Amino acid sequence: MFPTPIQQRSRASQFSYQVFLPIALILWLLPLIAVMIFSIKPDGDFVKGNFWGLPSSFEFFNNYGRVFFASDMPQYLLNSVFITVPTVIGAVALSSMTGFALGVYKFRGNLLIFFMFIAGNFVPFQILMVPVRDLTVNLNLYDTKLGLILFHIAFQTGFCTLFMRNFIRALPYSLIEAARVEGVAEWKIFVYVVLPLMKPAIAALSVLIFTFIWNDYFWAIVLTQGPDAQPVTAGITAFNSQYRAAYHMMSAGSIVAAIPPVFMFFLMQKHFIAGLTLGAVK
Amino acid sequence: MSSALTEPSKFKSWYRKNDIAITPWLFLLPAVLFFATYVIVPIGQSFWISFHMWDGLGEKTFVGMDNYERLLGLGDQKMDRKFETSFWNNIKWLLLYLLAIPMGLFIALFLNQTVTGIRLYKSLFFFPFVISQVVVGLVFSWFYLPNDGLFDVIMSWFGVDIRGGVLGNPKTATYGIIAAGLWPQTAYCMILYLTGLNSVDPEQVEAGRLDGAKGFRMLWYVILPQLRPATFIAFVVTIIGALRSFDFIAVMTNGGPFGSTRVLSFFMFEESLSEFGFRMGYGAAIAVVLFFIMLGFIAYFLYQMWRDEKEGR
Repeated sequence: MFPTPIQQRSRASQFSYQVFLPIALILWLLPLIAVMIFSIKPDGDFVKGNFWGLPSSFEFFNNYGRVFFASDMPQYLLNSVFITVPTVIGAVALSSMTGFALGVYKFRGNLLIFFMFIAGNFVPFQILMVPVRDLTVNLNLYDTKLGLILFHIAFQTGFCTLFMRNFIRALPYSLIEAARVEGVAEWKIFVYVVLPLMKPAIAALSVLIFTFIWNDYFWAIVLTQGPDAQPVTAGITAFNSQYRAAYHMMSAGSIVAAIPPVFMFFLMQKHFIAGLTLGAVK
Repeated sequence: MSSALTEPSKFKSWYRKNDIAITPWLFLLPAVLFFATYVIVPIGQSFWISFHMWDGLGEKTFVGMDNYERLLGLGDQKMDRKFETSFWNNIKWLLLYLLAIPMGLFIALFLNQTVTGIRLYKSLFFFPFVISQVVVGLVFSWFYLPNDGLFDVIMSWFGVDIRGGVLGNPKTATYGIIAAGLWPQTAYCMILYLTGLNSVDPEQVEAGRLDGAKGFRMLWYVILPQLRPATFIAFVVTIIGALRSFDFIAVMTNGGPFGSTRVLSFFMFEESLSEFGFRMGYGAAIAVVLFFIMLGFIAYFLYQMWRDEKEGR
């Protein structure tokens, strides 16, 4: 193991490591801790210039209550859910299929198609912006959730294919050959042999794509406007112009917007991290 | 073949015979169609639009290379000032963003221990990456507030006074935003290295110890070579992240003060969909330039992956 395990070091360095660890964490998360404290402060603290001190009163229920009952935030949150969940399902479904096709079969153009997916995924969004916006307008999907969903599915399929294909490649090929000898149809091999083995990959991708889509801001402001279809990332800026300079409200709103992916992360930690390394680092 | 396709029973037997050849294409079809419509074709369309003047609604007017001439200052024109700023800011982003890789490695090495609760520590250190960049940007902009912001308060202890606050001063604004961006990106690189460190071969480490390798020499000669896959991915995601940076700029400064924090992706957005009117042709031209900058990196990444592919089987 590298660096040397702390247990093999002197008492003093063990002790200082244990002490330093929480201090480092607090320093690292200071910006977040600050927003949390901001979000329970009363308005008056900011007027008086008490930005970074302790709250003068505990306004948790007041501030968060206003986020949920006196703003468009609940609508934005719902929009985010209705955009993110179908996208995750769509992208994972499509990429399980492409991953299977590209990971199992040898045919001409296999690597070419695979690289097309990867390259497309690396491209700067901006080169897609004008045509995709135009296409969405022409399909009458501008400012709808469906318009965003369709684009997200298509774009995320590139990344998901990379992941799924590498995962399927690492599965024991003999399983598929054995099924073929038995005379099982190819699509049945996919459904009954490969798909059950892909569960970890599906879980990893789902969490990761959930986070990516939930946190998307660029496409949200390119393809939608207003509280009917916009997700919470775009909603938070609208919310902020409603509460200009009301830091306690903006903080509460930000925390509400940030919680779902954080929750997903903690729930599915292991899978999440597997997803980030693109399955390449074991 | 056409008759085989029309008759269901014959089609079935034909399909069964060619099962292995047909199935991959059937499985690829929906995704490829989707991906082509929304990603591949639009890249071509952007090239086409960049040769036009277009407000996004009416007819496009073909103007040839005009947009590029105005943008890059070809011929007798001067380079667009906004483009110049954006381009150099992009270079700053690229270079400084790469700091996330060594910083991530440093934190990963710090956390790669087995003490009680270390799993929770690792997850909490990773936190910044899970939160949306919009929120991170907001938080940092409060941190940088003139007078009231914590950064300004701390700086004043050292007698440093940044006029207009970090984000209000054209000299410091871009660096302030990059610092905000480095926070989640470092967390990302950290997690890549933590997983990489997990798979470092303990026998090689032991062998290195017996040969007297310690500290930095051990890291450089024994550990880092084994972390190559993690470094590669960290490099890929950091470069792409740097060139895509948009959210932070839009939220923290909206390109200001005096347009000093624009980068190409933001500039493109601004030209295409701004309140000054939709200049889609010009925007597309900017996107094409950004695409070519990215293309160098994409080609390199793909080449690396292709080489691994060849070695793999």
